[in-house]
Amino acid sequence: MTKEESNERVASLKELKGRINSVKSTQKITKAKQMVAAAKLRKAQAAAEAARPYAERLSAVMASLASKVIGRDGAPKLLAGTGKDQKHLLVVANSDKGLAGAFNSNIVRAALARASELKAQGKSVEFYLVGRKGRAPIRRAYPDNIAQMFDTTEVREPGYAEAERIVEDLTAMYEAGRFDVAHLFFSTFKSALAQVPTEQQIIPVPAVEGAEASHAAVEYEPDEEEILAELLPRYLKTQIFGALLENQASEQGASMTAMDNATRNAGELIQKLTIQYNRSRQAAITTELIEIIAGAEAL
Amino acid sequence: MALHFELVTPTRLVRSEDVHMVVVPGTEGEFGVLEGHAPVMSTVRDGTVQVYRTEGAAPETIEVRGGFAEVSATGLTILAERVED
Repeated sequence: MTKEESNERVASLKELKGRINSVKSTQKITKAKQMVAAAKLRKAQAAAEAARPYAERLSAVMASLASKVIGRDGAPKLLAGTGKDQKHLLVVANSDKGLAGAFNSNIVRAALARASELKAQGKSVEFYLVGRKGRAPIRRAYPDNIAQMFDTTEVREPGYAEAERIVEDLTAMYEAGRFDVAHLFFSTFKSALAQVPTEQQIIPVPAVEGAEASHAAVEYEPDEEEILAELLPRYLKTQIFGALLENQASEQGASMTAMDNATRNAGELIQKLTIQYNRSRQAAITTELIEIIAGAEAL
Repeated sequence: MALHFELVTPTRLVRSEDVHMVVVPGTEGEFGVLEGHAPVMSTVRDGTVQVYRTEGAAPETIEVRGGFAEVSATGLTILAERVED
């Protein structure tokens, strides 16, 4: 064996060692991210839990009121619609960070599928994007149809204040006649392993199911229309807020699963590399021994 | 004789308890709710909700921002946008 050859072997041993170390530090990162996601998931689930009573009671109130007002003249536009079905707005809620598996791309895919379906029906489509991660792919597909982008990078967790601002934007656009129907895309949290991209019509507000007919003579202060006019934006806010919360839980769930997989893959890779490292080390020692013995025998 | 009183905001359930009387700052004037009150639905202006735990006791005050009050057979529910505490 020439001097050069043995140098090469040493270098490759060193290289392997370097690769093992780099995979190990990657594994440390994915492991840490997984644990952070697990902790955040718990928090996000608690927040979603805490928001439920308000949403439930509000829908109940909505249902009983809407059943009275709908069909009457002067029902609010948010409930009755514009009477057209031409301009559609797709509100797509994404997160700001990656490392969450297919979480963001699933939502974007659902929105894009819907958009091309609407386009095929000859309707016009615009996008309202919440969060950073949906921007690039949707801009690529529909560069001229982005109505607005809502930035959530400044806040750590989008909450009710953000939902309020989104609804203000949406109602302003609706009043200005920018769209007739708005759909909301987000991810429903089922479990840490399953998040379902979901589409929901938000404007006009769909009739709430299970409305009991007015049983008692309820006194309204001010009258039904005025209360409803106040209630509708609030109802929208809770819908968006609920979607944001679902999204957060889904993001953390997806992130946890993705990072768990990454950690496991890194573990497998480390094992493989270690075996390879040991084999080449052994091979190097064996050849050195053979060289020594051959040298001794030659004497 | 107790009135079931619930105060909820979008982020949490603030109160759920049995009290004697609650004074609600409705948009068209304050009104007190005792048990057995007729069903009412009212918008709430920014103001103070006064909770009387027992008859004659000093009221506990809660600042609320915007929302609704609904009185039904099950009690009083106030849905507030925000609660200042």
